[in-house]
Amino acid sequence: MLLISCPWCGPRDETEYHYGGQAHVPYPETPADLDDRQWAEYVFYRDNPKGLFAERWMHGTGCRRWFNVLRDTVSYEVLAAYRPDAPPPELPDTRAEHGRAAMAGGNR
Amino acid sequence: MAERTESGPVRLRRSPLAHLDEEMRGAAVTGARGVTLTEWPYITMVNVRVDPDTDAARRIEKTLGVPLPRECGETATGGAHTVSWLGPDEWLVLSRAEVGAVVPESVEALGEDPGSVVDVSANRTTLELRGPAARQVLEKGCPLDLHPRAFGPGRAVSTTVGPIAVLLWQVDDEPTYRLFPRASFADYLARWLIDAMSEYRAPEVA
Repeated sequence: MLLISCPWCGPRDETEYHYGGQAHVPYPETPADLDDRQWAEYVFYRDNPKGLFAERWMHGTGCRRWFNVLRDTVSYEVLAAYRPDAPPPELPDTRAEHGRAAMAGGNR
Repeated sequence: MAERTESGPVRLRRSPLAHLDEEMRGAAVTGARGVTLTEWPYITMVNVRVDPDTDAARRIEKTLGVPLPRECGETATGGAHTVSWLGPDEWLVLSRAEVGAVVPESVEALGEDPGSVVDVSANRTTLELRGPAARQVLEKGCPLDLHPRAFGPGRAVSTTVGPIAVLLWQVDDEPTYRLFPRASFADYLARWLIDAMSEYRAPEVA
């Protein structure tokens, strides 16, 4: 059972949340110009890193707000939770390097 | 609680747990490990959504006569109303006043600003769980820390009891809890609580 700290409600059990997949996937800037392959990549293709991963969660039985979580996919450790309008927090140790690579799609 | 009148559609309404009234009364446990379960139907509930940092929020607070709590778990009581925090821009007003005395005034206070004031009285029903063993009954299925060091009178949070999402409000130290499940889940939750209460009828096994 993961213990996730909602930015508004504080620490709650994983069962109160819904998982929402990878965070920070931007909507295409020029959607009219995308071909089928680019659309498919935007809609369906997601990173699957071993290590740090930024992902979306929704506090379904609490405040019903979406927010982002930095989680280590190896240890399942929840490293940070932050509001959707905030940038990912800087992590102090070497995990940060790994994290940037993961968020850039380096470990796909 | 809303007044029952003898005419019009109000006469025909049935509360979500009317059919379990006898079972709930029969499940009451007395004594040192006592716990009782009661339904308080037809309480006026109004959902308010507004940005808390705006004049509209201040106008609504003035109309209700109660501040809108800013932190998770907080409630504010004044007059006939208790306001519970549901989200950073969402509150539930629980009231003994008629819904007609709460909604139109609050809608007027909101004015043209972004937000909403909606009568949700029929969305949830109210279950009151009271007695020395009430906390132990809830702890069988609530992931929250209900110990007095973490939770107490005047606190209300959205969480789960068993598999049911509820707003859980502790009213006093007895302890008395009020649970607000959605109407269609109330039957299951009441039966779940009746089952959870049954062991306190027997003497404690050392």
